Amino acid sequence: MRADLLAETIAGLDEALAAVDAFDRALVGGLLRPQPAQAGGLTELAHAVAGTPLAARVAEAAGKAAAGSASEDHFVALAAARTALLGSVHDALMVRLEEASGRPRGEATVPAPGERQAANLLVAARSWLSDLARSGWQGIDHDVVAGAAPIVSAMLVDPALRRLATLLDGFAAELVASCPGAALERIPARRWADLWSRAMLLTLPGAAEVPMAGTVTGRLLPLGVDVQEHATAVQAQVHAVFEPADGGAPRLVRAGVSVPKPDTVVGAGLWQLLRPHMSLLAAVSEGRSMDLVGMPVTAEGDLLWNDEHARTGEPADAFVTARIVLPTATDPATAPLDRHPARIAVPVFLEGYATGNDDALTFTIAGHPLTVDTDRIPTAGPLTPAAVAASGSCIGLLRWDAGTYRVQPLAVETTVRKKTVAIHAGGWAGGTTDKAGIKAEKAATDAVAVLRERAGRLLRK
Amino acid sequence: MSDWERSSTARVIAPARPRKLAKVPFVELADGRLQGVVSSGSDIERVYVSSVGARTYAFACSTNNNRPCGGARGSFCNHIRALINEAVLQYGAERVARYLRVESADGEPSGQTLAAAMSATRPPQGDTKAAAPVFSRFLRHLAYLELAPTTAPLPEMQWFPPTRAVA
Repeated sequence: MRADLLAETIAGLDEALAAVDAFDRALVGGLLRPQPAQAGGLTELAHAVAGTPLAARVAEAAGKAAAGSASEDHFVALAAARTALLGSVHDALMVRLEEASGRPRGEATVPAPGERQAANLLVAARSWLSDLARSGWQGIDHDVVAGAAPIVSAMLVDPALRRLATLLDGFAAELVASCPGAALERIPARRWADLWSRAMLLTLPGAAEVPMAGTVTGRLLPLGVDVQEHATAVQAQVHAVFEPADGGAPRLVRAGVSVPKPDTVVGAGLWQLLRPHMSLLAAVSEGRSMDLVGMPVTAEGDLLWNDEHARTGEPADAFVTARIVLPTATDPATAPLDRHPARIAVPVFLEGYATGNDDALTFTIAGHPLTVDTDRIPTAGPLTPAAVAASGSCIGLLRWDAGTYRVQPLAVETTVRKKTVAIHAGGWAGGTTDKAGIKAEKAATDAVAVLRERAGRLLRK
Repeated sequence: MSDWERSSTARVIAPARPRKLAKVPFVELADGRLQGVVSSGSDIERVYVSSVGARTYAFACSTNNNRPCGGARGSFCNHIRALINEAVLQYGAERVARYLRVESADGEPSGQTLAAAMSATRPPQGDTKAAAPVFSRFLRHLAYLELAPTTAPLPEMQWFPPTRAVA
């Protein structure tokens, strides 16, 4: 990998992000009675998309919002403008990543979803999000934030609305913990504006649909597991190389499983909730490939995992896959709405680096330091920041946040008593015989058993 | 703006720390109160809904059928003390103290020192009107166990990375 390319500046990036920041500052104070500085931020966003098909609608929305009279449709237009700007940032960052990884480029594109009828719950969510925009992050209080709870509860039971429900649930929990907004010492302005605009766009009917791209048959070679969680949801995503049975070119795919959860189910409890629903997690822990027959796949390269279409295959060392197959694999396309820097997670194999640990852990590759995001290593697993610091090679995900590229370790090879040992972040995904792992599993089993017992007695009465 | 303010994945709340749930299955810092559900020691069908308000430390404890707790007259009952201890395990003493506006005495606060500091102000008895909404939030919380997992992609979770930081 060419780390030098990741250190170079990208033309136009700072300007695009400056317009995003200007809008984000307007949301901090809220758009009920905007001050001149906030009006300026709205204008800056509108100017940034002046050369696009969004221009007229966003200019109108910015004008109305600056006068404190924006309607819900105007807020949607502003969210769309911000999303489009970050989409362009995503594209520029990805071009650079493709050059750095040196992998062949996928030619596929993902079509936009069709329009659908608006559901009442989507309308309710949009209304709540509009209230948030008016109050601003500094104006949030328990009354405003509490409006999300009934919407989320009603949405969670409908699988078609799970994406927006999960997003709103995690977002609202952060807002609840941050009330009253007037007392906040600092505000995660980029993050909350991200969550707000994404939720806003997901209230457009059909926006959450990703088109299918048929089925795949062939061999799946896992690289590693990425875990994402908030207080009441968890997702495990396996990144893997897929080799088609018909001899076509290998391609990168993902397979994920997610579930809402009580906030007291943490650590190894997450694996226990997910494990029964995806046999791939066990295969990853055991270091095996899987043979797929007719597995559905989206246009974005996400397998819609179904155990009936998969069976456990031969042993497959992730580091062998990373060294030999990964360099020839094509990257999947990204759906229009998913073009956002936070969504970037490009599998890479790194070796021959020097590790440094000044402010944060870094891998220095050919003289260029790359920050290692050790905070993303899940606690319920055998991989630790210390093991990463002592490693000689690494399978990771290249990401970008707050102005810099960084690598999230999925697995490392280290030398223990002159032997090379691989340690995987998702090593406990399918279960473990590790002493610390067994203890964590036991504690998690007990927690879920207590909650189920309580639920059995107290629910439906 | 700082890097944290310009981060899409800035960590805003630390994840709950694991704890045993048998005695106090539900704890939350919400609605301006520390509130939760405490299992009865004697009757497996009964739970108590207990709470302590921020600033005033007004306390309340009653069963889920809205019968007052015999112990919560004039001062914190054992249910409330258990609730405070478990909240400290789940969120860390510092966050609980901050939420309830308890001025910390010398040294690291604990469940006991927090309860003692709040008791010492002779807090008023609160009303038990909040019991019903807290109990329904507990049921909502339990209902999360009944929701089906999905293998459909959830790209929004990219904004919610794990963190090794603890509360």
